[in-house]
Amino acid sequence: MTEFTDMGVAAIRDGVRDGDFKAVEVAEAFNARVEKAGALNAFLVTTPERAINAAETVDKARADGGQLGSMAGVPIGMKDLFCTDGVETTAASDILKGFHPPYESTVSGKLWEAGAGMLGKLNLDQFAMGSSNETSAFGNVVSPWRRNDGGDAKLSPGGSSGGSSAAVAARLCPAATGTDTGGSIRQPAAFTGITGVKPTYGRCSRYGVVAFASSLDQAGPMARDVRDCAIMLGAMAGFDPRDSTSLNAPVPDWDAALSGDLKGLRVGIPREYRVDGMDGEIDGLWQEGAQRLKDAGATIVDVSLPHTKYALPAYYIVAPAEASSNLARYDGVRYGLRDLPEGADLQEMYAATRAAGFGAEVKRRIMIGTYVLSAGFYDAYYTQASKVRTLISRDFQTAWADCDVILAPTAPSAAFGLGEMVGDPLTMYLNDVFSVPASLAGLPASSVPAGLNKQGLPLGLQLIGKPLDEQTVLNASLALEQRSAFDAKPQEWWT
Amino acid sequence: MAGGAGVSGRAMSVDTQTVLKIARLARIAISEDEARALEPELNNILGFVEQLGEVDTSGVEPMTAVIPNTLRLREDAVTDGNKRAEVLANAPVSEEGFFGVPKVIE
Repeated sequence: MTEFTDMGVAAIRDGVRDGDFKAVEVAEAFNARVEKAGALNAFLVTTPERAINAAETVDKARADGGQLGSMAGVPIGMKDLFCTDGVETTAASDILKGFHPPYESTVSGKLWEAGAGMLGKLNLDQFAMGSSNETSAFGNVVSPWRRNDGGDAKLSPGGSSGGSSAAVAARLCPAATGTDTGGSIRQPAAFTGITGVKPTYGRCSRYGVVAFASSLDQAGPMARDVRDCAIMLGAMAGFDPRDSTSLNAPVPDWDAALSGDLKGLRVGIPREYRVDGMDGEIDGLWQEGAQRLKDAGATIVDVSLPHTKYALPAYYIVAPAEASSNLARYDGVRYGLRDLPEGADLQEMYAATRAAGFGAEVKRRIMIGTYVLSAGFYDAYYTQASKVRTLISRDFQTAWADCDVILAPTAPSAAFGLGEMVGDPLTMYLNDVFSVPASLAGLPASSVPAGLNKQGLPLGLQLIGKPLDEQTVLNASLALEQRSAFDAKPQEWWT
Repeated sequence: MAGGAGVSGRAMSVDTQTVLKIARLARIAISEDEARALEPELNNILGFVEQLGEVDTSGVEPMTAVIPNTLRLREDAVTDGNKRAEVLANAPVSEEGFFGVPKVIE
């Protein structure tokens, strides 16, 4: 039999259901593997007892002939942006150190209800602000992947869901939650050779998810194949009255309707994504991916998204503006860190607390956001960016007349080395160039591993769909997965 | 506030004094040295977003919702409460059922 830690969500769930093994055996295997993977720094907190307890509950329910949920017996990793009742939740920031939420996020609660168990809380870029996992206050996550040059250079697992991507790629968990504001599920998935899905904005409740940019933040699954993502997304999604932007729409059974037969499907190739100086290997893989979808029955059409180049600058106004507003709550009064210098008044306490508690990138974004929202600048920046956002959304609406789903690269490069990009925030931001447009338009999008580059590192391709049409995104992703036959695994150097 | 006219095609930049003012508005304590270091970083980013000024947005409404959605009203009923201890449990300082802060009024 396959080792438990090589199994995905569906295999574990089905095996537990069919009595091939016990959920507790699976939880124990993953707990042991997590314990030995400290070198990856993927987990901020481990909760082996929670994984065991959840598994015991599932085993007992099965023995009693009870109903088992769609994630029954599957231990998962939880990005540390989701509040978990009684388990420290920091968003990888010093300012939330020691914060033990007295409540559960809706998404994590739904996963536990579906029978999943928690292996621990996963590291991330601080407040999900970053594309490399180098802004965490608790150290970088190290990708399990290495270049094939025989060296031991440490690579980025992507960000912000870098703990999630590293843990899933290293088989520390079969699946993990991610959140995506401008690419934070898709880019780390691409960097580590796994699959990630950002659903339509509003599909998954934001209740209990530490807020970054509320009009963009969206949770989604990260796993090693499309079907596992479909199963997990089904457990995470659904209307929540506690989130004012939650969509009151039925959740389809994505797993049941999954099909890699793309007969009659029109796949759009956006010409504006072919940027100057594009990595030749990524361009080649993109064309190869189009051919694979064609082989699955799709027709390929050329489409235009004329405002693509303005997506990134619009994002870097909208996201910091919303962040500066959301992060105003960290004041050293109600939770987290307080820095009260001798003799300081209340205002000085706020300023000292925030100076001590926020990392450099978080401060930078709060300040950009504060500036663009300040008196006299609001219309010129935020209103203009919001209007450009309308135009970006319209570009997609126009494209849907000619195609049903869009194929594009996920990121402009393979994983880069830790420390290679930190000196230049703007270059780091450019890493999100292909993922940000779908975020601004609120569209469902995935990243699927499609091949390795010459250095032996994974490359991902992205599928973007119409609003609420996760099914087409998942089906095209499955077709790509079937024809890419990506089975590369990182060499295990970390144990 | 110092600086130019925003996204209007005119070059836009902040000086150290403006950086200090932004930090004050954002309630983040920074030194003059830190402000000087932040100045080029912020100007790089502001210079990058400046290109939005090229886009003709006349007659375009700002996007307020990604998926058309209306704000719901819920029933005016108490659904929560009696959780003072839980609410205060994470406070750095709490006394007698209140959050503790430095003296505000002399």
